[in-house]
Amino acid sequence: MGKSNFNIIIAGAGGQGIVTLVDILANAAFIEGYDIKSSELHGLSQRGGTVLTYVRFGEKIFSPLFENGQANLIIGLDLLESLRQTVFSSKKTNIVINKYLMPFIGIIPEKEILDGLEKAQKNKLYLVPASEICQKELGKEVVSGIYLLGYAAYKNMIGLKPESILKAIEKVVPQKYLELNIKAFNLAKSA
Amino acid sequence: MVKEVLLGNEAIVKAALEAGVDFVSGYPGCPAAEVGDEFGKIAKENGIYFEWSTNEKVALEAAIGASFSGLKTLVAMKNFGLNVCAEALLPLCYTGTNAPMVVVVGDDPSCWSSAQTEENSRGYAFIAHIPVLEPSDCQECHDFTKLAFEISEKFKLPVILRTTIRVAHQRAPVQFEETGKKELKKGNFIKNPHQYVTLPPRVLEMKKELLEKMEKIQAYAEKEKINFVKGGKSPFGTAQGKKIGIIASGVGYLHLMEAQKEMGLDLPVLKINLFYPLTEKTVADFVKKLNKVLIVEELDGYLEKETKVIARESNPKIKISGKDLLSEIGELNVEKVGLALAKLTGKKIKIVKPQTPDIPRRYAKLCDGCPHFYTFSVIKKVAPENTIFGGDIGCYMIAGMPPHNIQDYEFCMGSSLGIAHGVRKSTNQKVIALIGDGTFFHSGIAGLINTVYNKSNPLIIILDNRITAMTGHQNNPGMGKNGMGEPAQELNIEEIVRACGVKSIKVLDPINVKELEDTVTDFLSKEEVSVIVCKRICALLARRQQNG
Repeated sequence: MGKSNFNIIIAGAGGQGIVTLVDILANAAFIEGYDIKSSELHGLSQRGGTVLTYVRFGEKIFSPLFENGQANLIIGLDLLESLRQTVFSSKKTNIVINKYLMPFIGIIPEKEILDGLEKAQKNKLYLVPASEICQKELGKEVVSGIYLLGYAAYKNMIGLKPESILKAIEKVVPQKYLELNIKAFNLAKSA
Repeated sequence: MVKEVLLGNEAIVKAALEAGVDFVSGYPGCPAAEVGDEFGKIAKENGIYFEWSTNEKVALEAAIGASFSGLKTLVAMKNFGLNVCAEALLPLCYTGTNAPMVVVVGDDPSCWSSAQTEENSRGYAFIAHIPVLEPSDCQECHDFTKLAFEISEKFKLPVILRTTIRVAHQRAPVQFEETGKKELKKGNFIKNPHQYVTLPPRVLEMKKELLEKMEKIQAYAEKEKINFVKGGKSPFGTAQGKKIGIIASGVGYLHLMEAQKEMGLDLPVLKINLFYPLTEKTVADFVKKLNKVLIVEELDGYLEKETKVIARESNPKIKISGKDLLSEIGELNVEKVGLALAKLTGKKIKIVKPQTPDIPRRYAKLCDGCPHFYTFSVIKKVAPENTIFGGDIGCYMIAGMPPHNIQDYEFCMGSSLGIAHGVRKSTNQKVIALIGDGTFFHSGIAGLINTVYNKSNPLIIILDNRITAMTGHQNNPGMGKNGMGEPAQELNIEEIVRACGVKSIKVLDPINVKELEDTVTDFLSKEEVSVIVCKRICALLARRQQNG
């Protein structure tokens, strides 16, 4: 669908700050002059349940949603939730995942999840210990999503300039947390 | 003109500011909550009055009072809220408004964030005779809000702006005007019982006036081309050489355009922006030229039915498709619409069949430190076997999910109490009904009074976590703060319960597990209705307050 459009899935569990990432990416693409549409979920689903969000940008975007196999990039904040959304991946999809698991009763073993991810994407799978790095370097695990965004941006997986994303972070993130978020984003530069 | 990325709900707020809204009320619910949240933040500095009302009926009634007094009003709620305020909405269409009023209603196809039904609020158009505008994207959220105010002003009727979750929670660039500061407006209620009192025989005259307004709005919408045809440049391109067109509304229009782009189609599309009253002439002219038409609309096939009636005269031979190809259950997407287009045109569409890995569901769960956790554990432990657990609307719906699994029924706001009463009257089983503080204020009190008055004895547990948590932490009457964050009278739940005639009441902190256990055991043996108020602040809110 739409060869020129860029499709991103951001997946995780409620409470991981995913809506903020959507807002940042939407604004960054807008700064670069693209048409954009995104879709997100609020409400009870946000209380620790599965969260699936879409961000799309390109010359002209109609639908806020896209279909299986059409993601250019999947950013996952949790291993299992990333595996769940690999339905959106194709051979060309970069998958950047926080090597982190929010456990729940009835979850499948981590080994099985990792095997599933390997099976879904062999060459373009990036398991990044974002939570661990952010906790160690910044004392705040909560910015691991921003770190992943930085990781994908500095490795040219988003098709947006890191500077545009930084500008968007400045627009979206409250002043109080801005410095921390910028640090987390730039920390991924050397990853 | 400014252009920024906005959430659909934020675009509605910007447009309301441009339209000069004076008075905003609402009740929080997904996917409409951010409309009120935003006004809560900006109302004061913009010379606007804003309130979170106790429920949607009161919110609409407050807006009616404001409109009658000459203030421009906006009311925001989720789909089920429209059911709550329907009793006030219908006579409002009879009397009409004085100053304009826009009612924002958010539907949730696929029930992503809605519990009770997959409601299609467009149906109220037919019951109430109220104009309904349906935006597809964020720019239209903005533009149609302004249009809704214009239509309301011109025809003295409330207008519904009906969004869905993929519109209200969509982000996209929106062009809008920055607005300057204005003074808080005071209106003047000019007595006019002829217009504002609905009593027979006048009420039947009012109905006639309302139906006449519908005809006038229809004519206006035809003239202004609110619903219009676009596209259709490519040959009508099917194997059979048939002329095919599409009628589309809401977010379905966006999925349609995306699918057309992918399939290399450019069929003529009649975009329905004003769902009701429908521009019958525009529809008739459109279908006249076609052999086949596909109606792309989410949920019930209202437009399809209307089109069938219209086509009976203008083009009886046309083949009309809609719900035969697009299910009325679940939201639409590009793939569903693409498949329907493929069937109709003979064009191919590429579908990736996912090899879905078998992954266990991640249920919503209580946040770390949530006070509900103690209450759920205790009642599960001490209630006798076969106790019926009644649920209600709020975070405590999680009681029905693993590992708690204690929710034997769950319906709508406040219903845990009413249904508990019915079960107690009809069986010898014990009943424990759960209800949150916000929901208790919203519509629990009438159920409680009924329980006392009609001598029933469920155990009612009010989970008072000091805020309306699930919808994003909105203030409620129990907090001592109003929707704009100003100090307000703090309503005491215990006093309300006592005033309703309940004798056995206990207010406690649920982390005192032993006390809670003993009280539940004691109250379950009471002859009369009993109430425990489990009072402890929402853990998320407590953490936020700590972090400043």
